[in-house]
Amino acid sequence: MEELFDGLLNDHLGFVVWSTVAFIILLVLLGKFAWKPIMAAIGERERFIEDALLKAEAAKQEMALLTAENESLMKQARAERDLILAEAKKLKDQIVNEAKDIANKEGARMIENARLEINNQKAIALADVKNQVATLSIEIAEKILRKQLEDAHKQDELVADLLKEVKLK
Amino acid sequence: MDFRHILKIKKVTLSTFLGVFFTLLTVQSFAKQEEKPAEHAENAETEAFNPTVAILEHIGDSHYWHVGGSTSIPLPIILFTDKGTEFFSSSNFHHGTEAHEGKYYTYKLIEDKIKVVNAAGELDKEASKHVYDFSITKNVLAIWIGGILLLIIFLSVASAYKKREGKAPKGFQSLIEPVILFVRDEIARPNIGYRYARYMPVLLTIFFFIWINNMLGLIPIFPGGANVTGNILFTFMLSTAVLLIVNFSANKYYWKHIFMPDVPLWLYPIMIPVELIGIISKPFALMIRLYANISAGHIIVLSLISLIFIFKSLFLAPVSVAFVLFMDVLELLVAFLQAFIFTMLTALFIGTAVEEHHH
Repeated sequence: MEELFDGLLNDHLGFVVWSTVAFIILLVLLGKFAWKPIMAAIGERERFIEDALLKAEAAKQEMALLTAENESLMKQARAERDLILAEAKKLKDQIVNEAKDIANKEGARMIENARLEINNQKAIALADVKNQVATLSIEIAEKILRKQLEDAHKQDELVADLLKEVKLK
Repeated sequence: MDFRHILKIKKVTLSTFLGVFFTLLTVQSFAKQEEKPAEHAENAETEAFNPTVAILEHIGDSHYWHVGGSTSIPLPIILFTDKGTEFFSSSNFHHGTEAHEGKYYTYKLIEDKIKVVNAAGELDKEASKHVYDFSITKNVLAIWIGGILLLIIFLSVASAYKKREGKAPKGFQSLIEPVILFVRDEIARPNIGYRYARYMPVLLTIFFFIWINNMLGLIPIFPGGANVTGNILFTFMLSTAVLLIVNFSANKYYWKHIFMPDVPLWLYPIMIPVELIGIISKPFALMIRLYANISAGHIIVLSLISLIFIFKSLFLAPVSVAFVLFMDVLELLVAFLQAFIFTMLTALFIGTAVEEHHH
């Protein structure tokens, strides 16, 4: 048994020490410069991916919500449009009707005015014609009289007649 | 701990593994020895191929790194003696054939271990006890190569994370990330619970350190080929780290479970020692499991290759190579599996230590 352990440390302690030193150095160097940044980077990326997935899910939900909202908005807008269109139509009809009424009234008024004017003008024209007829009649009578009174005899006769008539009074 | 004993066990299992080959070899060599004249006996001893020695040499640690043929890289020898520190190249030993006269003692490689020898070249046991071998051996260098590779890989990946902040992984980064996530989601989280983040650095380091050393061990040529994770001292170091981490992060529930278990009082003399043994036996199992699995893989591959030399026939090479290819692919799986199991059990032990009971 003694012989089995004989020189064990002398021969093998060196290797154990060297391998321990190598292992510790490796553990420290890799731990500090490899495992720490690598694990941190992997963890960071995993968190990032998880985060991105959660965000994508949230975005999907929001999208759905937005779509629903859009739809309702659309519906509302359509209804509003219909309403506005209906109102506009009503307004248009009203305006047209009003315009028609006004036009009718105006037309009637103008026609009345024209008739009055025509009547006036007619009266004026008639009066004028009457005057001219009277003037013409007088002129004709004057000319006839003048013709009859061209010679002195006839004038005397007329004067005498006239005087006779005066005397009678 | 009794390492030598385990090494002996390994030798026994190895011989059962190779039982058939041994008998074949011995029969063959006996036959040859009988044929050979006496003067060739010495020559035959050097030429005879002994798979056990060759395999154990390959899976063991060494002061040389064999590259190919008869070339090997000499490695630095560092010795702490009672008189001072020695520093020289292992090439001075000429593969154990010559002694090297250092500043304080004369050293010689005996069974690839550095021992002090006296002037006559005989082992000086008393003086050898004062010499501590801190050499940069093949396995130490292999650990450094693995560590440097890990640093290069993960620092570049970390900088990729900084450069491409918040973006999807790209290139090498996307090769590594699933493995890191595997460690986090399959190993740390299910076993430790919500407190997993604190233990991630150590779990990742253990996982990748074991994995890369397992895989480098499968490469037969220079930068690889060392049997680091199949070295029981290496797995001892890792499991000691696990033991310390587990017990230092243990909460009161863990200690209560050990010293005041929910059993009748008269069972305490049995339960408490059992629980105390459990503290040690859990990392001990980790140590043996990794060591045995990786060593066994190396031994099988080396045995299959040895077949060619045992039968001394090139015609066996295709068969041998086909089996080795199969084993290598299997070992590639085992390399990952053992790293996974080690890390997984570490996480499990940490999990039991930090778990909060509400009885």
